[in-house]
Amino acid sequence: NPYAGLVSHLRAAWLSGKTRPMEYRVAQLEALGRFLDEKKQDILEATASDMGKPSFEAYFTEILLCKNELNNTLNNLSHWMKDEHVDKNLVTQLDSAFIRKDPYGVVLIIAPWNYPIHLFLVPLIGAIAAGNCVVVKPSETTKNSERLIAEMLTCYLDNDCFAVVTAGVQETTRLLENKFDYIFFTGTTSVGRIVMTAAAKHLTPVTLELGGKNPCYVSDTCDVQNVARRVAWGRFFNAGQTCIAPDYVLCSVEMQEKLMPALREAITEFFGSNPQESPDFGRIMGDKQFRRIRALLCSGRVAIGGQTDEKERYIAPTVLADVLPSDPAMQEEIFGPILPIVVVANMDEAIDFINARPRPLAIYAFSCDSKGVNQVLERTSSGGFCGNDTLMHVTLTSLPFGGIGNSGLGKYHGKFTFDTFTHHRGCLHRNMGLEALNALRYPPYSQQKLGLLTATFEIKRKGMCTLL
Amino acid sequence: MERMQEVVGRARAAFNSGRCRSLEFRMQQLKALERMVQEKEEEILAAIKADLHKVGHNAYSHEILGVLGELALAMDKLPSWAAPQPVKKNLLTMRDEAYICLEPLGVVLIIGAWNYPFVLIMQPLIGAIAAGNAVVVKPSEISENTARMVADLLPQYLDRELYPVVTGGVPETTELLTQRFDHILYTGNSTVGKIVMAAAAKHLTPVTLELGGKSPCYIDKDCDLAVACRRITWGKYMNCGQTCIAPDYIICDPSIQSKVVENIKATLQEFYGEDVKSSPDYERIINKHHFRRVLGLLEGQKIAHGGEADEASCFIAPTILTDVSPESKVMEEEIFGPVLPILTVKSVDEAIEFINRREKPLALYVFSNNKKLIKRVISETSSGGVTGNDVIMHFFLSTLPFGGVGNSGMGAYHGKHSFETFSHRRSCLIKDLKMEGTNKLRYPPSSQKKVGWAKFFLLKRFNKGRIGLFILALLGIVAAVVIKVSFG
Repeated sequence: NPYAGLVSHLRAAWLSGKTRPMEYRVAQLEALGRFLDEKKQDILEATASDMGKPSFEAYFTEILLCKNELNNTLNNLSHWMKDEHVDKNLVTQLDSAFIRKDPYGVVLIIAPWNYPIHLFLVPLIGAIAAGNCVVVKPSETTKNSERLIAEMLTCYLDNDCFAVVTAGVQETTRLLENKFDYIFFTGTTSVGRIVMTAAAKHLTPVTLELGGKNPCYVSDTCDVQNVARRVAWGRFFNAGQTCIAPDYVLCSVEMQEKLMPALREAITEFFGSNPQESPDFGRIMGDKQFRRIRALLCSGRVAIGGQTDEKERYIAPTVLADVLPSDPAMQEEIFGPILPIVVVANMDEAIDFINARPRPLAIYAFSCDSKGVNQVLERTSSGGFCGNDTLMHVTLTSLPFGGIGNSGLGKYHGKFTFDTFTHHRGCLHRNMGLEALNALRYPPYSQQKLGLLTATFEIKRKGMCTLL
Repeated sequence: MERMQEVVGRARAAFNSGRCRSLEFRMQQLKALERMVQEKEEEILAAIKADLHKVGHNAYSHEILGVLGELALAMDKLPSWAAPQPVKKNLLTMRDEAYICLEPLGVVLIIGAWNYPFVLIMQPLIGAIAAGNAVVVKPSEISENTARMVADLLPQYLDRELYPVVTGGVPETTELLTQRFDHILYTGNSTVGKIVMAAAAKHLTPVTLELGGKSPCYIDKDCDLAVACRRITWGKYMNCGQTCIAPDYIICDPSIQSKVVENIKATLQEFYGEDVKSSPDYERIINKHHFRRVLGLLEGQKIAHGGEADEASCFIAPTILTDVSPESKVMEEEIFGPVLPILTVKSVDEAIEFINRREKPLALYVFSNNKKLIKRVISETSSGGVTGNDVIMHFFLSTLPFGGVGNSGMGAYHGKHSFETFSHRRSCLIKDLKMEGTNKLRYPPSSQKKVGWAKFFLLKRFNKGRIGLFILALLGIVAAVVIKVSFG
């Protein structure tokens, strides 16, 4: 077991209690803040060279959103850490009853390549805030970011309690043989199953942030230009490599007609007449992904874009019209800058279409009629939902972010990250005196004792009289 | 026995029909459950008595009282639990609706245990129904009378398609676990817990595992031993020691060991009289297999009290062992029987170290007059839950989440925590289709100016109360206008 030494080193640090005082956690979190400030340029360069990430996108997602989470955590940490006192019943009135926020111990965070800094850093913030020791396993696909993270953690964080493991598939499998007290995984559904199966051997609780095909329903009553801009923005951000990107559009054939020129206009507005030359449009991560996504182009008909350049791993912002459910683009999560439009007769058909498929990470619905948006919300199930926009629900730290079914289990962001890495321990601290009151529960039992016990224990429905 | 696929498929179709989503429907089912418990009290108590030799009063207070309490709580609070929860917004989302929707997960599976066979099915079931799910109920086959009773009664009161009861042993449960569920709540031991989680992993099904372990009980020198020992005796020997949160073993200073034994002996006399076997209030071991297992733990031990056994009736007397070695068999596995080992340690440091060297237990108990010491033991150890200066009682306060950690389990339930366990918290952000102005700062082409605005909208922290909010709103409007002018 090549990682046994590392894990036991961290476990020893954990048992020493080093990570538990608030001052320690704050110091480590502030160090992360300094990393984001001091290494800003390095982060932008690493993500640019790894996958051609436009600097505005990198700044927004890998730095700004992370700083947001960091500030939110530092501002609220002392409040989150406090024992939470709970309502008591009659029997426990004189006792102290509270929920303690205990760290789990040594936790593992496995991050993917599409937002290589954000997707390890935001969970890490919560894990540190909750008082754990952490092993971080960044993606091996984004080599420059991986190197940056491996080098950085040793310089900014306490090496006794926090470690980075650089590993490919084989080594990660070996890493998962070790016992962790929590595993946080972001990635694909199939690897999610592998992680959970490995976790089951040690009864390790997990959070799995997976993916799926996020449907985007566009009703006939809507401001077409605004819809086109918001959908195009969400789809083509990071060249489509976003777990919550709108994966495909469902709309009527008339709306498809109207959307096409609007989408064309939005794409030109964003990236100019030749997106390949725009500094604001990203590239595909790796040749394998490029070839996979390119193969999806033979679905429906290419209405906008469709150009590719293998050398640059460039795929133009593309819209496919009249896509059929049996087409290649509808068989897997696209994770690329291709937006298929699937025509449906009406909203009911759209809802049935969505419900016939695995539950996605996000569902989007556009309509000027709020009733329409609410219908889609109420009759479907997904990790999260955004009406009349895309992606934005994850920028609000007070909303939990996570999937359901195939798109994942557990949630994080804001306080939810802290709670994810915390064991909520129910504590009752009783009085040693007043033993007479306990007599009701002791043998020998009798009907009389039971009657009195019932009176003190039971929660009564409001408005009901029990004297009868 | 119908194939599991059909039973689960029917439950799923029933769930998809949408009829269990309305609060009225859920309330109706919960009311029906309440009627069942009230009308069929005799049958329920008789089944529990047949399985565990538990006298009516005891069975009522352990298994029925709590259930009625949870039902009353759920029916009272359901509207507030199920209501969408608005969340704090930032500057960017100020004009939007942002809230968390509590939604049912779908079809959930509840696997019960044999030691409190009725309440360990009912309490999760209440939460699952309240949360709007379809529920497949699988009571433990070891407590066969209660299993039969549950299979008999539930269909008489609840919707038969939505809440089917499945009976059977290992083969049937294994087949059941191949089906897809949207949550599984399992109560039992860690070995089977791993099997359940591995089966769940194939479908990415979230699980709540209520497992076990050896719950330590530390008695400080500075404490009222008579009171402490009475409380411990109650918690240890109730249900003949077959309680997941029973104090499994005692750790204390060698100087008080004999006093502890004396006090427990005196309490046992008080509770069960001279001849424990003839006391109607003392239960029996569930079956021969466990009888032999528990008896085997006495081998080579110093028996300070008890030790008598009768295989025919699965009777094992309340037993105390002294000067137990940490390496002995009785310290290897969860005892789950009326055998109480006492181990001695020289200090609270040693006690804490001893506890931390072992798997995390479901419960931890510490008795002391010194509040600081209790706080210290709690903060330097880990366990599912804690009761200080008593045992078991944290289980009965439904505002406390009840569950394990590490080997003793994951997830929690009781009261509102049950409702949340069986719900999906879905984030909802509803924006205006108009007001495109502020969106422009996030669209390409990018610019340094846009970056500045992005920082402003995202990072500004305003905690200054109402006036701050007003100024904030004003700033927001000004900003929107400025942006429209610059980028419009």
